[in-house]
Amino acid sequence: LIDEEGLEPQPGQFYMLATERHWEQRGGRPFLPRALSVADAGDAPGGTRLDFLIEGIGPGTDRLCELEVGEGVWVNGPLGNAFSPPRDLSPAAAGAILVGGGIGIAPLAGLRRRFAAANVPTRVLLGFRDQAHSGGLDDLFSCCEVRLASEDGHAGHKGYVTDLLATMLEGDDAASAAVYACGPPAMLDAVQALCAERGVACELAMESPMACGYGACFGCAVPKPDGGYMRLCVDGPVVRYA
Amino acid sequence: MPDFCGIELEHSVINASGTFDAIAARRVYGDALLDDFPFSAFVSKTITPEPRVGNEPQRIWETPAGMINSIGLPNKGLEGFLAEDLPQLAELPVPLVVSVMGTSVEEFSRLVERVGGRDEVTAIELNVSCPNVHSGLIVGERPAETLALLEALRPLTQKPLIVKLTPNVADPAAVAIAAEEGGADAVSLINTVKASGGPVTGGLSGPAVRPIAIAQVRAVSAAVGVPTVGMGGISSGADAREFIAAGATLVAVGTESFRDPRAGQRVARELAVLDLNSRSR
Repeated sequence: LIDEEGLEPQPGQFYMLATERHWEQRGGRPFLPRALSVADAGDAPGGTRLDFLIEGIGPGTDRLCELEVGEGVWVNGPLGNAFSPPRDLSPAAAGAILVGGGIGIAPLAGLRRRFAAANVPTRVLLGFRDQAHSGGLDDLFSCCEVRLASEDGHAGHKGYVTDLLATMLEGDDAASAAVYACGPPAMLDAVQALCAERGVACELAMESPMACGYGACFGCAVPKPDGGYMRLCVDGPVVRYA
Repeated sequence: MPDFCGIELEHSVINASGTFDAIAARRVYGDALLDDFPFSAFVSKTITPEPRVGNEPQRIWETPAGMINSIGLPNKGLEGFLAEDLPQLAELPVPLVVSVMGTSVEEFSRLVERVGGRDEVTAIELNVSCPNVHSGLIVGERPAETLALLEALRPLTQKPLIVKLTPNVADPAAVAIAAEEGGADAVSLINTVKASGGPVTGGLSGPAVRPIAIAQVRAVSAAVGVPTVGMGGISSGADAREFIAAGATLVAVGTESFRDPRAGQRVARELAVLDLNSRSR
């Protein structure tokens, strides 16, 4: 979509999207806008082009998937923090390993492009449940070398993307990399555990039910590494474990 | 310009406590927020004597035309609020109302004395109705408890005391009458309506509760002489007008701010247009 007045987002940031400000359909839902990470962005005639990867899994995402070219979209963003360069995560990190699972590959596309432009050596590991859940792969990652895993074995390694990461982190150069991940909670937990085990810094782009996206509702709380909770919208969605 | 308990306000739309974090919003949107602030007065999130981390997630659930929340009043506690948040809230271009909740008369007294003693604070809202905290339910559910609390707090401050009423009672007007008798300067209603959906049990808000809110605002406004702040699912100027027609002096926007950070000024603008049209007719 084209944002006529907005800033260009940084990889990792997100938007609240609705087909219009009040988009309730019969039955009163969807009521709240939906939080979606931007997959990529760039200049476009008339504003900033924003790319999103959306899977219809409920009334909100279903409605967004029905959008036709030319329809308006209610947009609030860019919101939240962004991924950091590897050197910010760890002084020893010269390169990046991107780990994406399912729909979570989206924010890694813009990050990969950003790193490529900055000549950061980047390796990309992506995992999918099956072919039906590998949407966006060809559009977002056609340009680059990607190692794939799939639970049903339709492409690449049969198993989890974290298997690929474990193998990669066993190499001698593990400590010279920083890991960036986005995907389902179980995948992020596994990535974080692997990185902690190997002493590798990582940033995880997380997800939580969110009503507002700008710190108002306190609904998107997730546990902080040091106790208590944080609001994922204003203190995330990218959370660092170093 | 509306006059509310002696406070002159630019327009009649304020925020519902706990639905807009002006400090976080300024971090996100910058000082543009102050240039076009959504509300004519700002009501803080409820503070408690000690810090609270809030409830374990999952905290929200979307419903038809609304949402259920179970947030649990996360806040920095009285001292943390006074030291860290109050200086930032004092920079807002509108009068500040601080919402407080204690679990006893003693706790409420300490909150009212300390908060009321600060020049940055224009008025205090007493949260006796938060459905997520057991103690809140008890005071706000019973006229006698409400009267006793107000009688204890009234001598402690000259500042306006606003009692936030719970809708989860058979007769909210009885509680409002008790609050007025105890010396409250205003009442605000409704808080969220007890509800469950998915994994979340808490309070329902949004347009789903608006008809309940209008009925209660009408009943309470007819029963008391003090001004009322009406809220519950207000999404537009037309909605706000219904509350004012039901007797509200001010209206508050809550859940709608989640969908639209600029809902406050939009509702105020729409309301002004409606008022102008009705006057010119």
